[in-house]
Amino acid sequence: MSELREQIQNVIENEPVALFMKGTPQFVMCGNSDRALRALRETGAPVTAVDILPDPAIRQELSALSGWPTIPQVFVNGELIGGADIVEELATSGELARKLENALGPGFREAGSDRTVSVGAAPQHL
Amino acid sequence: MVTEPLQVLLARAFPDATALRVEDRTGGGDHFQVIVESPRFNGLPLLDQHRLVNEALAEPLRDGTIHELRIKTRGTE
Repeated sequence: MSELREQIQNVIENEPVALFMKGTPQFVMCGNSDRALRALRETGAPVTAVDILPDPAIRQELSALSGWPTIPQVFVNGELIGGADIVEELATSGELARKLENALGPGFREAGSDRTVSVGAAPQHL
Repeated sequence: MVTEPLQVLLARAFPDATALRVEDRTGGGDHFQVIVESPRFNGLPLLDQHRLVNEALAEPLRDGTIHELRIKTRGTE
């Protein structure tokens, strides 16, 4: 397994809620990434964001791991939840909150605000 | 129509679809919304429903014809 793929896998497995997106929560670069981020925020999810734009290899490795072709991609406790449309639909129906509560416990909203981590050759923690 | 090739791919993948629509969301020919209603989705988790649509559109997703895709699926039950 490549080092990059291993880093991505670590984020998926170790972050309670991982959002792979175009841009960062502070500077979103795509409408669908924005929709996913908003739905997660409205539900109170503790989002760990990864920007896939710095290196095309990030997206390739991510899609190879997840079997999901498009960005954004949302994972809860290592499980792929889906892209923007699914996350939005689950947020509206209340199922996202239930999923988060089941996976992370009833206090999931208190975990704090978004954070951003980087993957790739020179990881920088912002 | 720029939506035609996607319509064809979806019709091929979901021959039993009871509703099938492709919209060019921005008029630019690369931001699409697809709506598919099919008995194949009955009882399937949303993730798997969207997976089937993504598979049907794998080629245009890969070659960049589709820059942004919104998917709406529903079963017939």
